[in-house]
Amino acid sequence: MNKFENELKNGKFVCSKCIDCNRLVWPPSDFCDVCFSKVIWREVSKNGKLVEFAKKNDLIFCIAEFENTIRIMGELEAGLKTPSVGQDLHLEKCNYTDKEEFFFRLK
Amino acid sequence: MLSSIKALFDETPNLTQKDVDVVITSTNDNSKYLANTVSELAGISPKISHSVESLCNSGANSVISAFSYIASGLADVAIVVGAEKFDNPGLVLESDVSRGQYKHPVYWSSMFTRSHMRKYGTSMEDLAIVSAKNHKNALENPHAYFDKEYSVEDVMQSKNITQDVRILDCSFPCTGSAAVLLASEESIKKFTDCPVWLTGLGQKTISASFAKSEDLTSMKSTKFAASAAYTMSKKEPKDIDVAETHDAFSICEIIEVEDLGFAKKGMGNKFVKSLYDTQDKKINPRGGLLGSGHPLGATGIAQIIEIGKQLQNKAGKRQVNEAKTGLVQNMSAAATSSTVIIFES
Repeated sequence: MNKFENELKNGKFVCSKCIDCNRLVWPPSDFCDVCFSKVIWREVSKNGKLVEFAKKNDLIFCIAEFENTIRIMGELEAGLKTPSVGQDLHLEKCNYTDKEEFFFRLK
Repeated sequence: MLSSIKALFDETPNLTQKDVDVVITSTNDNSKYLANTVSELAGISPKISHSVESLCNSGANSVISAFSYIASGLADVAIVVGAEKFDNPGLVLESDVSRGQYKHPVYWSSMFTRSHMRKYGTSMEDLAIVSAKNHKNALENPHAYFDKEYSVEDVMQSKNITQDVRILDCSFPCTGSAAVLLASEESIKKFTDCPVWLTGLGQKTISASFAKSEDLTSMKSTKFAASAAYTMSKKEPKDIDVAETHDAFSICEIIEVEDLGFAKKGMGNKFVKSLYDTQDKKINPRGGLLGSGHPLGATGIAQIIEIGKQLQNKAGKRQVNEAKTGLVQNMSAAATSSTVIIFES
């Protein structure tokens, strides 16, 4: 199990960041995908934007974007609000069981 | 694989095992040393033999590899064979972390569908027309998985998998195989009087991760690959008489006819509807993946065989009149990679 999965299991969404060019490396990797330098790992901001969404019965699944770079799919809790693309959302929970799991809530 | 290789030998005059110096196998199965094993069982001792795996795009990738060996002069005659069992790994890309808990392809296709609907007004009926058209085309294909006609209404009423994707909007993973022979300009004369020429190709990988896609209404890798293939063959979209496109889901064909240049962006739905209304088989005459099924490693090869038959005027009731130039588009994993090949009679 790698660093990314381990941290997810602890409820932390982390991403690798290049120590030389400071870019976020997504999907996470042990090396920068631009300059192949080493990376450090840091937590990703919990505040993101809704890129796209669709429904399966009452469940809403979506693509969320964080820090203008990291796009990831997960479950969206909209409550009584009607989702629309570009809306702000918050990462409520993440986990790793046999795969990555992300849960977002509309702001 | 062997049954398709046998059919290739049965249908190709003068072809013997000694002629073949390349054997490439295309599959998502985890078999080891497969091309070598298949070669041995077919009585072939090739110079070059190996497997190619690139998910749904393995077939066209394999043909590009064989073409490259021949074009470089390393080989003269190649057999490319693809096969899949319905439950082989490869349908779901577990390693794509960007898909989160939504790994199954139906989720990326839902995202494409939703985006195209919002931006261009594509409707559920537009999607149903793609499926009805391709299932109808498949009726004339003896190798198709489906042998039943579905009306637009049937597709509209079929079970929803997600809000915007119904079961009949999905291609079905299935068991199947296909094999094709490639040869140099000098060698091909020995085997046929009506060869089909590969005159253009393009390939592009954008990423492996679906959610990185910038524009969910377009297939960037297909546009890149098509541009390269058109340039190499000195052809334009208007020159293409018949095409096999990778309709893994209904929305895919609508996006593909736009990105391959057959319809203006946002007009793919109207283009497909006009094909359906006029019973024009120009796009996916064998029934596409929706009608023929999707044996992943064999699909690209089956697409190429169909275009070959069309250009040889041997497609029977599926024949597109006076087809001289054909195109194959085969893609993988939400079009994170694509191959486009142009053939001429």
